[in-house]
Amino acid sequence: MRQNTPRLVVQAAPFLREGVTTPGLMRDVLLALAPVLGMAVWHFGLSALLVVLAATLGSVATEWLLGPKGPHHSSVVDGTELTSLTDGSAALTGVLLGLTLPPTLPLWMAVLGGAVGIGLGKLVWGGLGQNLFNPALVGRAFLQAAFPTALTTWVVPGGVTGSSALLARNFAWPFLSAPPVAEGLSGATPLNVMKFAHQPTPFRELLWGNIAGSLGETSLAVLALAGLWLLVRRAFDWRIPTSILLTVAAFSGFLFVLVPERYPSPGFMLGAGGLLFGAVFMATDPVTSPLAPRGAWLYGIGIGLLVVLIRIWGGLPEGVMYAILLMNAATPLLERFTQPRAFGHARGLP
Amino acid sequence: MKSPLSPTFRHGIHPEGHKEATEALRIERMPFVERYILPLSQHAGAPARPVVQPGAAVTRGQLVAEAGGFLSTTLHSPVTGQVVALGPRHHPGGKWTESLEIAADPFASQRLPEAAPIPWQSLTADEFVAQVQRAGLVGMGGAAFPSHVKYRLPEGRRIRHLVINGCECEPYLTADHRLMVERPEAVLRGIEILARRLGVEETVIGVELNKPDSIAALEGALAARAGLAGQDGHGSAEGGAPVRVVPLQVKYPQGAEKMLIEAIFGLEVPAGKLPLDVEMLVNNVGTMAALADWFDRQVPLIERVLTVAGPGVSRPANLIVPVGTPVRAVLEHCGGLGAEVREVVLGGPMMGTPLASLDVPVLKGTSGILAFTAATTRLPKEYACIRCGRCVEACPQYLNPSRLARLARLPGADRLEALESWNALDCVECGSCSFACPSGIPIVQLIRVAKGEIREHRSRRSPQGKP
Repeated sequence: MRQNTPRLVVQAAPFLREGVTTPGLMRDVLLALAPVLGMAVWHFGLSALLVVLAATLGSVATEWLLGPKGPHHSSVVDGTELTSLTDGSAALTGVLLGLTLPPTLPLWMAVLGGAVGIGLGKLVWGGLGQNLFNPALVGRAFLQAAFPTALTTWVVPGGVTGSSALLARNFAWPFLSAPPVAEGLSGATPLNVMKFAHQPTPFRELLWGNIAGSLGETSLAVLALAGLWLLVRRAFDWRIPTSILLTVAAFSGFLFVLVPERYPSPGFMLGAGGLLFGAVFMATDPVTSPLAPRGAWLYGIGIGLLVVLIRIWGGLPEGVMYAILLMNAATPLLERFTQPRAFGHARGLP
Repeated sequence: MKSPLSPTFRHGIHPEGHKEATEALRIERMPFVERYILPLSQHAGAPARPVVQPGAAVTRGQLVAEAGGFLSTTLHSPVTGQVVALGPRHHPGGKWTESLEIAADPFASQRLPEAAPIPWQSLTADEFVAQVQRAGLVGMGGAAFPSHVKYRLPEGRRIRHLVINGCECEPYLTADHRLMVERPEAVLRGIEILARRLGVEETVIGVELNKPDSIAALEGALAARAGLAGQDGHGSAEGGAPVRVVPLQVKYPQGAEKMLIEAIFGLEVPAGKLPLDVEMLVNNVGTMAALADWFDRQVPLIERVLTVAGPGVSRPANLIVPVGTPVRAVLEHCGGLGAEVREVVLGGPMMGTPLASLDVPVLKGTSGILAFTAATTRLPKEYACIRCGRCVEACPQYLNPSRLARLARLPGADRLEALESWNALDCVECGSCSFACPSGIPIVQLIRVAKGEIREHRSRRSPQGKP
């Protein structure tokens, strides 16, 4: 009677899954970043690719060296051992970090930034899902503090061919000073020009990205398309970029209407610097942003306000990184006070 | 998001239906087999008490176990034959439980004797409840809660709306679908009896839009009834309270009591309360047909319609299966199992029970038997929670499943209070969170276990019951 019984697997319901996986989500974001990286290479040549690769190397190597190991943190599926390395999150952090860096950065710094981002930004907190701050931005904040000059050495896009001069800087020896950027190449970012020379950059150039700046922040058009694709894929909470952009537009618009000759236009504020990159790729990191809808709105509004405050009254021309990191810190609190009302409970009560 | 076209509840998920294989197949009768196993415990509450001993000859439909209390119901022999054993048998839930084993008599007629209708209109309320218990009726949607318990209203309470669940929102299952198509008048007859007995103002049948033929069949049967009532010269008042079919959007878990009420009436049953507290009663379409079978023909709950489907089944079907039929026999009737079958599930793929053995019986609450092959058996690799929020968007109870799962995994008893404050006990265990989780975390299972711990902890704090 018991012959012909197949070996049955017993696992808890449900027996169907939607099919979306965490590595799949990471892959989606990496795919969305591919054209952004492509634009960076188009503008800055091989240097763009090298800087991003170096940051990714630093991240992945650190995850591999220090990341969680052992039977509790890995599983064997079809004979392959899977660890935190294979979920793609470390690589994503590295690519994100790399795209916030200038093309002139010595590669050893990018590697170090990736290592600090993963090590201090993620692993010391307990690994994926446990960290308070966006790991890529922790890496960048570290680099900004440690190497302020290198992090603010900007060049105008020289195209794929005009970038050989950058490579000399990229391959500088660790802890030795890098050769200066050639006269004709060096340039200032639109936010720099605005802050210190009070000259807005035409929107058309921001759109195409023919400007000096970090690798990933140069082309609005590509960033917008990548963001829309991720939105369609439900890869992030649409409320976060929406509330950031609306807040920046409203706040800077208010200032612009108040004193047009002193404050930049909202269009410029939205288009310049790392705002769109940060709003689409950094602020939306689900680990470090609130889960509940109301929390997401408040988080985005907070980032928007801080960006405008720092850009206009702060010492730095750009404020997206610090704005996001500060609101990361506020996330647990926001989370606590914005939990949705459970079904069948009175409104207004947690 | 609600569509202006047809109502539904908020949140929830959209799993693939997988109903194409069986939705057009007529219900057929499963042939009788040699042995039947009737676990005395088929649902929450006390087990039934056997009234026959091994060796006794029984006839089909004969009472073989009486209710073991009010929260318990009766059992009847699914076949004419002989009781061969009373002892522990493998239960689909995994344990061994006291069961009656009945051997069918291959030479006896399995035809049910003709019986007169029960004059339900002249019964007292208590007599009506006793009759339902006598019929062994349970909720046919899956949970198999004894129906008579729902029908005994506490003093001073009333039911305004009878809500009939024809959603069948679990993928693969088409048993209710076919029942509505093939026996709509039985469903309506059950509704008529229950609606009159409870004195409801209105009956609403919720059917998802992926069953247009069910909706049409019910509407057709309603129109036929209205025509008859008109010919007889009866007014609608005497014809009973109005019955309305409400087409609903396709979404899981719309068949959950509270979700169905929200979908139809836009009303939230308060947390910790029952539909009774908003003067409603929810029953499955299958329960209505079974109710009609008892009061019109005195057929107790000895068989039910279930769907046999899934990628591991070579001949999918909708079958009438006697309660107690071994799952192995049902699967063999449907073409047998190939060597590639890895997983067999009783019920739907979202809330069903996984089987470790095929030598377990079909229960009163078994709505389907599904077989999955190695290729379709998902053993999800678990990744860290990245707080993506998909479980939060899926949860029909607006809970934070990711937080609950995280709390459930902490050690110690302190977490139980935290779990309670995050409304863990409101979880309806529909599994939408686990379905949506990209990290493959067994969220609903973690919450289910934690709920059990909370209840146990509570009862230890206040042994008298509720604190």
